[in-house]
Amino acid sequence: MKIIVNAQLHEVTASTLGAALPELGFTSAAIATALNGSFVSKETRDTTSLTEGDRLEILAPMQGG
Amino acid sequence: MRLYGIDVTSRLLLGTAQYPSPAILADAIRACDTQIITVSLRRETADGTGAGFWDTLRETGTYILPNTAGCHSVQEAVTTAHMAREVLGTDWIKLEVIGHSDTLQPDVFGLVEAARILCDDGFQVFPYTTDDLVVGERLLDAGCEVLMPWGAPIGSGQGLRNPDALRSMRAHFPDVPLIVDAGIGRPSDAAKAMELGMDAVLLNTAVAKAGDPAEMARAMTLAIDAGRAGYLADPIEPRDMAVPSTPLLGLAELA
Repeated sequence: MKIIVNAQLHEVTASTLGAALPELGFTSAAIATALNGSFVSKETRDTTSLTEGDRLEILAPMQGG
Repeated sequence: MRLYGIDVTSRLLLGTAQYPSPAILADAIRACDTQIITVSLRRETADGTGAGFWDTLRETGTYILPNTAGCHSVQEAVTTAHMAREVLGTDWIKLEVIGHSDTLQPDVFGLVEAARILCDDGFQVFPYTTDDLVVGERLLDAGCEVLMPWGAPIGSGQGLRNPDALRSMRAHFPDVPLIVDAGIGRPSDAAKAMELGMDAVLLNTAVAKAGDPAEMARAMTLAIDAGRAGYLADPIEPRDMAVPSTPLLGLAELA
């Protein structure tokens, strides 16, 4: 299915958020996720289903003021 | 200075954005001996750019204060705070709810609402706010134990636009840590903030965009310490007319 990851369209075969992350190449532990604007904790990623067109944000600590 | 139960001796909080290089950022952190640095959450790349930055920051041994910079709504700010808490392992959050893109003025209504939600959820909120006393009261009512009034618009380097308002805040909230967040341009601005009785200053652009960031970080620390010492030493009140400092008693008649 096609989902939007950090504003880019991606095709994934995984059906859960937990499985999609490694498929998309995100293996670092220092990331946090939000699906369609709502926070998804590390613990609930494996039970969070993905749907066509979902907006996934994958964030990490960066420079900030 | 005690912030949510943590005692810190450095009164300079340093932002980590806009430095010419990570090495210069590290130099600036060392030069000012700061104990608290701010970070943001931004989109990660599959090659782990953010993970590398995070590793670098952890090596500094400072407390990390994540921000919600760029959030214009309560929901965005609350979601960002939750993401920051998980990935950085801290309840601290520098809460920004921005009202205008051009002025980066806090949306104080959204700020109070987001602060209440986050405090109720166990966050320790550092709200980026205006110098309005009533907003400050609402933030304290919401559960905030620190207030971070602006000095001037973020990144403007204008210094303190309204010193009288900051003085009023000090008088009105005598026991609340007040940290001037935003607008400082020069060491003299930082010293002035501290002379007014502010507890600390948060800096980013003024240091990062200086010609020599590490040296500016050091200069800011000196100014902050001097301003603080001056405040504690109880400065004299200014007066309109001259008063001789040399005694008149014993003045010779030589005319």
